[in-house]
Amino acid sequence: MVKYSYFPGCSLKGTGRAYEESLLPVMKALDIELEELDDWNCCGATAYMAVDEVKACVMASRNLAIAEKLGHRELMAPCSACYLVLNKTKHYIHESPSVHHVLDEALKVANLSYSGNIPVKHPLDVLVNTIGLDAIKKRVKNPLKGLKVAPYYGCQIVRPYSTFDDQYNPTTMDRLLEAIGCTVVKDFPLKTRCCGGSLTGTLPEPGLLCSYIILKEALKRGADVIATVCPLCQFNLDGYHDKIEAKWESVRIPTVYFTQLMGLAFGMNERELGLHRGFIPMKPLPAAFAQPVAT
Amino acid sequence: MEMNQKEIRIGFYVCHCGSNIAAMVDCPDVAKYVGTLPNVVLSRDYKYMCSDPGQELIAKDIAEHKLNRIVVASCSPLLHEHTFRGAVEAGGVNPFFFHMVNIREHDSWVHTDRKEATEKAKGLSQAAIARVAKHKKLEQKKVPIHPDVLVVGGGIAGIHAAMTLANAGKKVYLVEREPSIGGHMAKFDKTFPTLDCAACILTPKMSAVGSHPNITLLSYSEVTKMSGYVGNYDVTVKRKPRYINEDLCTGCQDCISHCVFKEPKFADEFNENLSKRRPVYIPFPQATPQVVLIDPEVCLNFKRSVLTDKCKKTCVEACGEKKAIDFTQKETLLDIKVGTIIVSTGFQTFDAKRIPQYGYGKYPGVYTALEIERLVNTSGPTGGHVVLRDGKTEPKSIGIIHCVGSRDKKTNRWCSRVCCMYSMKLAHLLKEHTGAEVYNFYIDMRTPGKGYEEFYDKLLEEGNHFIRGRVGEVTDWAFTKEEEGKLVIRVEDTLAGYVRRIPVDMVVLATGIEPHSDSNDVRRLFNMSCGSEGFFLERHPKLAPVNTFNDGIYIAGCCQGPRDIPDTVAQAGAAAAECMALIDKGHIEQEPNTAFVLADECCGCKSCLPLCPYTAITFDEALGKASINEALCKGCGTCVAACPSGSIVQNLFDDEEIFSEIKGVLAYE
Amino acid sequence: MSKEWKPRIVAFFCNWCTYTAADLAGVSRLKYASNTRVIRLMCSGRVDPQFILDALSKGADAVLIGGCHPFDCHYAEGNYKCLRRFEMLKRMLKDMGVEEDRIRLEWISAAEGAKVKTVINEMVTKVTELGPLGMPQKFEEWDKEMEQLTHHVQAADAAQGAPCCAHAQPQKKEVAHV
Repeated sequence: MVKYSYFPGCSLKGTGRAYEESLLPVMKALDIELEELDDWNCCGATAYMAVDEVKACVMASRNLAIAEKLGHRELMAPCSACYLVLNKTKHYIHESPSVHHVLDEALKVANLSYSGNIPVKHPLDVLVNTIGLDAIKKRVKNPLKGLKVAPYYGCQIVRPYSTFDDQYNPTTMDRLLEAIGCTVVKDFPLKTRCCGGSLTGTLPEPGLLCSYIILKEALKRGADVIATVCPLCQFNLDGYHDKIEAKWESVRIPTVYFTQLMGLAFGMNERELGLHRGFIPMKPLPAAFAQPVAT
Repeated sequence: MEMNQKEIRIGFYVCHCGSNIAAMVDCPDVAKYVGTLPNVVLSRDYKYMCSDPGQELIAKDIAEHKLNRIVVASCSPLLHEHTFRGAVEAGGVNPFFFHMVNIREHDSWVHTDRKEATEKAKGLSQAAIARVAKHKKLEQKKVPIHPDVLVVGGGIAGIHAAMTLANAGKKVYLVEREPSIGGHMAKFDKTFPTLDCAACILTPKMSAVGSHPNITLLSYSEVTKMSGYVGNYDVTVKRKPRYINEDLCTGCQDCISHCVFKEPKFADEFNENLSKRRPVYIPFPQATPQVVLIDPEVCLNFKRSVLTDKCKKTCVEACGEKKAIDFTQKETLLDIKVGTIIVSTGFQTFDAKRIPQYGYGKYPGVYTALEIERLVNTSGPTGGHVVLRDGKTEPKSIGIIHCVGSRDKKTNRWCSRVCCMYSMKLAHLLKEHTGAEVYNFYIDMRTPGKGYEEFYDKLLEEGNHFIRGRVGEVTDWAFTKEEEGKLVIRVEDTLAGYVRRIPVDMVVLATGIEPHSDSNDVRRLFNMSCGSEGFFLERHPKLAPVNTFNDGIYIAGCCQGPRDIPDTVAQAGAAAAECMALIDKGHIEQEPNTAFVLADECCGCKSCLPLCPYTAITFDEALGKASINEALCKGCGTCVAACPSGSIVQNLFDDEEIFSEIKGVLAYE
Repeated sequence: MSKEWKPRIVAFFCNWCTYTAADLAGVSRLKYASNTRVIRLMCSGRVDPQFILDALSKGADAVLIGGCHPFDCHYAEGNYKCLRRFEMLKRMLKDMGVEEDRIRLEWISAAEGAKVKTVINEMVTKVTELGPLGMPQKFEEWDKEMEQLTHHVQAADAAQGAPCCAHAQPQKKEVAHV
């Protein structure tokens, strides 16, 4: 049993609940224990980062300090935004003595300290590079044969800290999806393009355009489903179909977390995996490979 | 005057080098200080010591002041030691009663405080004064130069160098690792800016090389070993098996058409894999030598390059009486002796796959420039008909991306010098062949050369589009209906100030020039140095651009750095001239810095024996003494440093001289 | 010695790589500390450990040796010979109380002008922190001590009425440092 500290972040408890719902059983099935950080707080992403970068880092560093207290275990951060901010904070601690000093002072108030040494890992990295595709293949009960998936990584897990994959053409998820039997859209050119991010909330038009392009191109390439690693991407690609349709055309294609697809391949129940939560249901699709589960 | 060894009379000169030294070092003050040191009879500062009047001044002072030691403080000894030794000799003093102080490269150019720099100059000069007093009279050894020359690499540089030498009556071995000479130039369609056909100007030179009585062409061969020293190099050349007897093959190519493979099936390297060839093939119609070869990787008579003899061998039948095909051919080694070597091993083009966002290898519509060179070539894979990889669609719009793998901190930092020009050449040719709209995406247009800027003007007039900006991405996702099915080039147009999306049918990547991936092996083979980017290092960037640090070994062409054909040819000619200068002189004076054993003091411990990399040290068991073969000694001094009894002495660097120098540099506060 | 103390560094550079690199630093107009005095040798293999000891004893605060990178020696393997001797000497100097940072061996190729600059600057910073080595002064002090000791012994001998023998002759000064 491999043990990781686990930082869910706000999304996995809210809009991205399906991510956690699928992540936990999948990890368990692969003998990975996730221990959720006690009393974790906001990672400091988006709004905070834009208003006051140092304070955002202070928030992130508190989580890192709590993780460090648990011993020198690696910290898993499944949400792309959390993953980026935690890594960015680590980076600042190493690169900028003045930021490090501010963080130290801030943490002292809470009787905490952080050395900057806890590795922050993304589940994709852990699954493919630590657990390995062979172990995952062994666990597959219902290979998702015939399911064509567009792998969509979003911008944050490889930029700017491309610790486990190429910045321009990441392939970790491609390989993982192939391992569970999916057909992957080869060289999906939009795999790291912006989904619209939080722009969709404030300046809908350019934000929605970003989402529309990704959905349209995935459909054009014959994808049945888009697999993502990021709660915000999932939200943007799944949540605005009515508006997109009103503006351009209907591009209805489900967007799910890669862990949900893994869960399906592992023979888990779709409801347990939170697949019912999406606006665009994956409903007619899983039938083909959901049947063996029933038998 | 040299008879009177008792009294040491030193003349000291400090050079201003215009303002190069004088701006940072107080030269008169240095001269004044050195004038007070023991044995110094005369101390001067002078504007340009290396000039004729400067050199004459030394000779004149020697006569007038009965000087018998000279020290010059100026630039690096690697630059002018030879010059001043000549001046000293001209004054009638043994040239080794001279020492040089480097106060330019090591002092005035690298320091910012005039006082400190002046102090350093005084310290270094004082050391030289102390050292030169201990110098001994030495004689230069004359070594004969073997008149034959080895040229490594048969591109346009090697071809031109070999022809120049051969025409001057020198015997040349030209070694080329590919089956034919010609190099990259043989693949080009036209040459910029004159647009004359590359084959038309190259092939006559190639066949002249093939038939020249003074040139031994060793194609499909590689140099594997080199030893010796200037004038006397021993070289081993590996001759790879072509499975064809070169002497018997007439180049009729009947074997090719009679191969059991009815259709060509295997990627043709010469056409950048855009066409197919058979297992028995000739690289291209004008290949030199006009000899076919067999690729054992794919020939049915082999399995994984091992002879099985299982094929019907219709090729052998077709060859008939000539009996040129020999499946049993093995790799052979050829030992040759030469006096000088020209290394002209060329370059490789940047691997476009290293920049994944440009989509090479991902989108079939993306090409490298070299592929386009073949595509527009009438003897190319499509006979000069420019079509996409499907073999029929003519591109209606073409984007040429400059600086792919050049001027890029993530890949290669340097400018490849030729890409702007060849991109424009290809733009012109592609427009001519297809009538397509052609877009050039550039960072800066660099057109320094005769007629180059005019060529740029011509292209502008022809209606080619030039968009200034480094391309971010080549992709196939569409924003608009017009973009559907096209390749979209996303670029920030830095002149217009916004991001543009240009849909095109064909993308050409102007890949840059980089050193061969195995340039490090070649460098070690010939004992040369490399710059940090991997190009071979010239002895001096301005004054010795074709020389290396190894005497008798010269470099020409792109192995030294990116350059175009005219510059390459000029450099090849220069390298050939350097070889001829040595050969025609007939001998070379060797630096007398060899070591010798003081037999009386040698205790016979043999510590030195295993140290010598040239096995120049032998041991006389009868006498119980070591001795050094002067002809083999190269003067590194390793044995000298190791001798426990101090009985090995290195000329020019003996212990006494170095200890004096140490004392000297530390004497000045 | 009234002016501000600055370290004095003696450098032994091989002709082919490091000396050329220093030339390149000059041609590139890189700027670095002026404390180093370079002595050119054909190969780092020529560096006799005695050169280093001699430089230190004559007032150098540090010694820098520059040679070609492994595999790149102009004389095949002179740089390895240098490395071997250097490692031995380092141990010996440590036992003698000379700080490790006072001697440094660096592989600097002919293309690495910038490395000459960084190495020299680093070394100057480090040795400035260490302060003067001051071997000549130490030798003087030790010589004085020896002299006093001699006087002391002579006086004791005289008091005992013993015959003046070898002690009478003051020790030759150079014994310790040549």
